[in-house]
Amino acid sequence: MLYFTRLKSLLIVLVCALGVALAIPNLFARPAAWVPWPQIHLGLDLRGGSYLLMQVDMKAVVKQDLTDLTDEVRSTLFKAHIGYTNLGADPLAKRVSFNLLDPNDAAKVKSLLAKLITPVTAANGAPDLVVAIAPSGTVTLTLSRPALIAKASQAVAQSITIIGRRIDGTGVVDPQIARQGSDQIVIQLPGVSDPNRIKRLIGKTAHMTFHMVPQGVAAASKNLPPGVEVVPMLNNPGEAQAIFSRVAVDGADLTNAQAGQDPQTGQWVVNFSFDGTGARKFAKITTANVGKPFAIVLDHKIIEAPVIQQPIITGQGQISGQFTAKSATDLALLLRAGALPAPLKVVEQQSVGPELGTDAIRAGVISLAVGFVLVIAFMASFYGLFGWFANLALVLNLVMMLGVLSLMGATLTLPGMAGILLTLGMAVDANVLINERVREEVKLGRKPLAALEAGYKRAYGTIIDSNVTTLLAHVTLFIFGSPPVRGFAVTICVGIITTLFTATVVTRLITARWFVARRPAELPVF
Amino acid sequence: MKFLTRPAFRLVPDGTRIRFMNGRFAGLIVSAVLSTASLILFFHPGLNLGLDFKGGVVMQVGTPSKPDFAKLRTALNQNHLPGAALQSFGHDKGVLISLESQSNAKATQQALDNAQAAVKQALPNAKILGTQAIGASVSAQLFDQGLTALGLSLLMILGYIWFRFEWQFAVGAVATLVLDATKTIGFMVITRIPFDLVTIAAILTVIGYSTNDKVVVYDRVRENLRKYKTMKLRDLIDLSINETLNRTLGTSGTVFLAALPLALFGGASLSGFAWVMLFGIVVGTSSSIFIAAPILLLLGDNKLRRGTAKPTDDPTVAKSRA
Repeated sequence: MLYFTRLKSLLIVLVCALGVALAIPNLFARPAAWVPWPQIHLGLDLRGGSYLLMQVDMKAVVKQDLTDLTDEVRSTLFKAHIGYTNLGADPLAKRVSFNLLDPNDAAKVKSLLAKLITPVTAANGAPDLVVAIAPSGTVTLTLSRPALIAKASQAVAQSITIIGRRIDGTGVVDPQIARQGSDQIVIQLPGVSDPNRIKRLIGKTAHMTFHMVPQGVAAASKNLPPGVEVVPMLNNPGEAQAIFSRVAVDGADLTNAQAGQDPQTGQWVVNFSFDGTGARKFAKITTANVGKPFAIVLDHKIIEAPVIQQPIITGQGQISGQFTAKSATDLALLLRAGALPAPLKVVEQQSVGPELGTDAIRAGVISLAVGFVLVIAFMASFYGLFGWFANLALVLNLVMMLGVLSLMGATLTLPGMAGILLTLGMAVDANVLINERVREEVKLGRKPLAALEAGYKRAYGTIIDSNVTTLLAHVTLFIFGSPPVRGFAVTICVGIITTLFTATVVTRLITARWFVARRPAELPVF
Repeated sequence: MKFLTRPAFRLVPDGTRIRFMNGRFAGLIVSAVLSTASLILFFHPGLNLGLDFKGGVVMQVGTPSKPDFAKLRTALNQNHLPGAALQSFGHDKGVLISLESQSNAKATQQALDNAQAAVKQALPNAKILGTQAIGASVSAQLFDQGLTALGLSLLMILGYIWFRFEWQFAVGAVATLVLDATKTIGFMVITRIPFDLVTIAAILTVIGYSTNDKVVVYDRVRENLRKYKTMKLRDLIDLSINETLNRTLGTSGTVFLAALPLALFGGASLSGFAWVMLFGIVVGTSSSIFIAAPILLLLGDNKLRRGTAKPTDDPTVAKSRA
């Protein structure tokens, strides 16, 4: 048991060195941008900042989807000259339905609607729609479950990209944006103690559209012509104006937007430019409608409705909606970053100012250090030299744990640190088991070498069983637990694995080296 | 140098023969009473739910001197927050404002803004150090998911110990773990330590520690079952506990020592965690001896230990030796 081949000793030393090397980046700042420098992130409780948990409003995504589907169905039926009534969407049941005037059209309608069905994704070939026709002539098109899941996943992924762009524009350093669960997004903003501006930026869908304005329709009018709706003004919610529902030009075609000041009036404005398609559409509309008002709408609120003075063929325009420097900058940022696929709402937020708890953190860190020293002192006085071997392994264990956690880019919070400390407290259990066994063998009258060999060998079974049981329990917690519990379970799992290595393999190597060098006549046991 | 390399003391003298199994009924009864009491406490008055599970808004405000609570209370009332709870923190140099959970995100934001306005109005020199706002729906989801994960991980432990030992060991360990967890909950109800994600982590650590402790004792029982083929199970369990007593107390001692400074001086965010740990270590260590072992004795008598039959005739023994 105490014999190590040269290769094996070398391997053990190499693994230790690797663990130490992985932990080193935590001590220094990244030397250059191209160097891979995995570090443990400090949690917001340790360095101050804001945490936001956002929920993607899937209802809005489904509703938009059903509206589009209704339009498609309407035009399909219209083209095929099929009579229908009661075409409408039911967002709760996630379906679109209508009644056929002539139930005999059923077969024809079925084949027409089948063309609307597409696979959910290239990888998942399941249909995104289920079409059913009842004998009474009621047709329903229901969004399939895989389609809903794929849509949610897509909406979250898109939102993460767009939130990232929006936050980047604000100059926050090192923001972390990650998916949580099926429809939530976690945003961590280090150093931001007042998240209100960010919340405003993220909370807007920022879907900008341009609409034509019908002439002579009062906002208060009861009988709106078809295709016309009344939309409130952004700066003055009490006022409203009638606009055509049809989108003349979509803001999705914007390539750039910048805040600036109008050279004549000195007012803050947002200058924007369209890409090729957008510019062509914009040119066509503005050429055809000189002298008519044109509404710029953001998230269903009118920013302004200027009169088109002359055709705009360059694809560049200007919005002047009584902006301040800040609101112009924010709007430009939102337009550059693009629209969110669905509204997001804040379900959880936390912010920690830099002053909060410097005292608390100091107290926490000091008591953690005291706890660590107490463990070391206890092991040393309880087991003497073998206790010191265990302590050496314990320090190595801590370093390796930090190394692995940095490799995984883990976040370290104050409670997380307490978890690590207690894992270390439990890690000495392996050495306690070994030392107790060795001692028992000595008491049974074995010679030092035989006692060490038997002690290590017998303790292994117990160490493996107890650690594997705990490991399995925490792997299960990791698989099924909610995100915060998972983070904790990962820390414990990492701790168990490094413990199995340092407390058994490393102490055995140290003990073997010591034994070979000293050849003691008796072992230092009580 | 010698005093550094020689062990300084032992916790338990060698060759102890404490008859732990004499106290098996006392142990089981005390445990049953404590766990039942804990269950009652769990339903009434119930856990002091932390912000993570209750939902709501908490704002920490730092002030240069002792804040004027009456003035702040008036300002909060003026800002439509009559239900706010105020609590002093940070050696009288600050105040903690807690608001009930709001119905939706918009209302939560409104409440936050109102509280901010009230603080500015009543305590002009104050600084808002931190805010937390958590919707109630998130919490319910976290809670259910947490319980499911915990249940599944207990099943995992059951399966593994069954596979490595015998079913009596597995049932003994998991039943004891459940009893440990309920007592820890009871402890949290009595001490009013808030039940939040941090203390859940503490409970998980306690369960992990307790599992470890049970497996070590069981491991020695299994070994002795092979070693002493004719010893009565009751004596054999006593022997095994006595043999592992130094390791049991040694390990629980180190973990206890690691957690103690956190509980005493660790500050608000750590002390709840550490107290739960300390309680859990004591419960987990004693339950290995007074609950897990007696359950094993009750379930395993005449089964793990053949009575008068020849050792090799018994299939369970043959299996446990394999």
